[in-house]
Amino acid sequence: MTRPPITGAAKHSLSFPTPDARGRFGEFGGRYVPEALIPALDELEQAYYEARADEAFVSELEHYLRTYVGRPSLLSEAKELTRHAGGARIFLKREDLNHTGAHKINNTIGQVLLARRMGKRRVIAETGAGQHGVATATAAALFGMECTVYMGEEDVRRQELNVFRMELLGATVIPVTTGTRTLKDATNEAIRSWVTNVRDTFYVLGSVVGPHPYPMIVRDFQSVIGLETMEQLEAATGGRTPDALVACVGGGSNAIGLFAPYAYLPEAERPRMVGVEAAGEGLDSGRHAAPVNFGKKGVLHGSLMYLLSDDAGQISPAHSISAGLDYPGIGPEHSYFFAEGIAEYVLVNDEEALDAFALLARTEGIIPALESSHAVAHGVKLAGAMTPDQVVVINVSGRGDKDVAEAKRLFGLRNPAPEAQQ
Amino acid sequence: MNETGRSVISPEAALTQAFATAREQDRAAFIPYLTAGYPDEERFEEAALGILEVADILEVGLPYSDPLGDGPTIQRSGETVLRQGVTPARTLELVARLRKSSDKPIVIMTYYNPIYTFPGGEREFARAASRAGVNGLILPDLPPEEAGGLIAECRELGLATIFLVAPTSTDERIRTVTEACRGFVYAVSVLGVTGARGEVGSEVPELVARIKAHTELPVAVGFGVSSYATANGVAQVADGVVAGSALIRELGESVDEAQALAREIARGCVR
Repeated sequence: MTRPPITGAAKHSLSFPTPDARGRFGEFGGRYVPEALIPALDELEQAYYEARADEAFVSELEHYLRTYVGRPSLLSEAKELTRHAGGARIFLKREDLNHTGAHKINNTIGQVLLARRMGKRRVIAETGAGQHGVATATAAALFGMECTVYMGEEDVRRQELNVFRMELLGATVIPVTTGTRTLKDATNEAIRSWVTNVRDTFYVLGSVVGPHPYPMIVRDFQSVIGLETMEQLEAATGGRTPDALVACVGGGSNAIGLFAPYAYLPEAERPRMVGVEAAGEGLDSGRHAAPVNFGKKGVLHGSLMYLLSDDAGQISPAHSISAGLDYPGIGPEHSYFFAEGIAEYVLVNDEEALDAFALLARTEGIIPALESSHAVAHGVKLAGAMTPDQVVVINVSGRGDKDVAEAKRLFGLRNPAPEAQQ
Repeated sequence: MNETGRSVISPEAALTQAFATAREQDRAAFIPYLTAGYPDEERFEEAALGILEVADILEVGLPYSDPLGDGPTIQRSGETVLRQGVTPARTLELVARLRKSSDKPIVIMTYYNPIYTFPGGEREFARAASRAGVNGLILPDLPPEEAGGLIAECRELGLATIFLVAPTSTDERIRTVTEACRGFVYAVSVLGVTGARGEVGSEVPELVARIKAHTELPVAVGFGVSSYATANGVAQVADGVVAGSALIRELGESVDEAQALAREIARGCVR
């Protein structure tokens, strides 16, 4: 596909179609939160609309993205991976090269700048494996804010080094001991803490979930991924637009970041957009994180979306090899994209992700995060079924340094018998 | 009106009536909270029936895996009963059993997801609750703006819809919330989650006054009531006193201790 080049102005825009007045993307989204938070969400919404229309705010954000995060992140053509896949040309959007190693920082810099603009001196955040917690603690350190991060006790144990990282950055990490003691419960506790301290505290939410306006704010701050991709791909290919975009989805922030600038184009100009859900140990095992493919509509953490919920309306635990995808819901805008057929959502299991982790390391010399490995696995499959004149962009949302020890353990567990090898 | 034929007024009116009766006796209505089936179904029923004797209204918690508005005590009681298999349907059965022995109004406190995902959706949930003898619903994560469908179902059945007002609520919010309320208005005494506290927020008198400027409905105050003293402080300014976490904590020890605390808090409701 070809279309006119993106102008400089488009890159600087944070504006995409906003959800409706009630914070809905179609039927999804909304604000299912305790009353105490409604005034704070109103205040946040208004402050955000003012900020994103304010050139000074947007240029300050861009300044930090350029001089601190290291943006624009590269768009690398993956020639070896392309040869391996044997089909479409594969490009990798290199969010792994950002400061702190993942796309999460795009959002935390934006939200902490917004917090500062609103006169808040204290931020809180939830974290699963610790990537968003580290990115929030980093932004808080940069702007001299007090920072508290809620993290499930189980994740604190599994991700000891990230706890230390956050503490090194000056944050306080509070282990959460209720429920499944993972991201879902850390998010509950962060929301409870926000209710308690709502007058002086800014809640830095890490994904495109939560009550309105969070899914919109996080999308807008992450949309730099897709906006850069548009420009870089045109420059690298002499005016090409992608035929397919592939990104992993937990809550869905890196995928929304890549998709958003394309999703609201006229249908004829839209690439195929593919979100990759974690199939975990397989759907029959019940241990997965695939709310679009195997969940149903419901309400969690303040918004209506697809989620994993049992017959009695209780939220089911999610499972994935990658902690960042280990979340029982998918953001309301993704839920809307799915319901409207704007994007598609496919499955990659733990084993396929682990294979892709090794494949990208060997072919391109890039060790991706286990989250991003899900996107790589499907991207290769998809490219293989396409033609060499077509272009696929895979979002490498983070780097795999954090996963190397776990990957070593997992490869060690694999049956070395020849019949078990592919 | 209901199937037992004991009451001729609507479930919602029975709630308002309970406040009026308490007021005639120069006290605030006492509204204890118990998590359905906690610590087990037998002791729940025993405790509930005993506590109902000194209560004006009983609040029964329908357990949910992710209770955003609750502190650790009620969270853990919910986890306990979920492990024991207490579902939304089972909660309504437990209420129906209490109904055989008590005429006093019972309200369900829960979160929106169990209702949204109830077989047949919120319409069926409201009907099932009504059949079980429930008088009203309290949903801390469902602001009136999101409750249009459920409000319509409840109106049809005469079930009360009880929304929460918080210290951060603006006057405009208070108007929106109280307009959607039936039965009574639930005022949250502090910013935070449910939990026993040594004192109740200093903002309570002003908050109750702000609510009363917008509605004729009774105003009950919850979060933090744990003793005679905390109840008595609230009773001077509010129409109702809600106590939950402190009772749950005692109930974790024994039924007798929970009932003793309920009697103490009930005494504290006098003006």
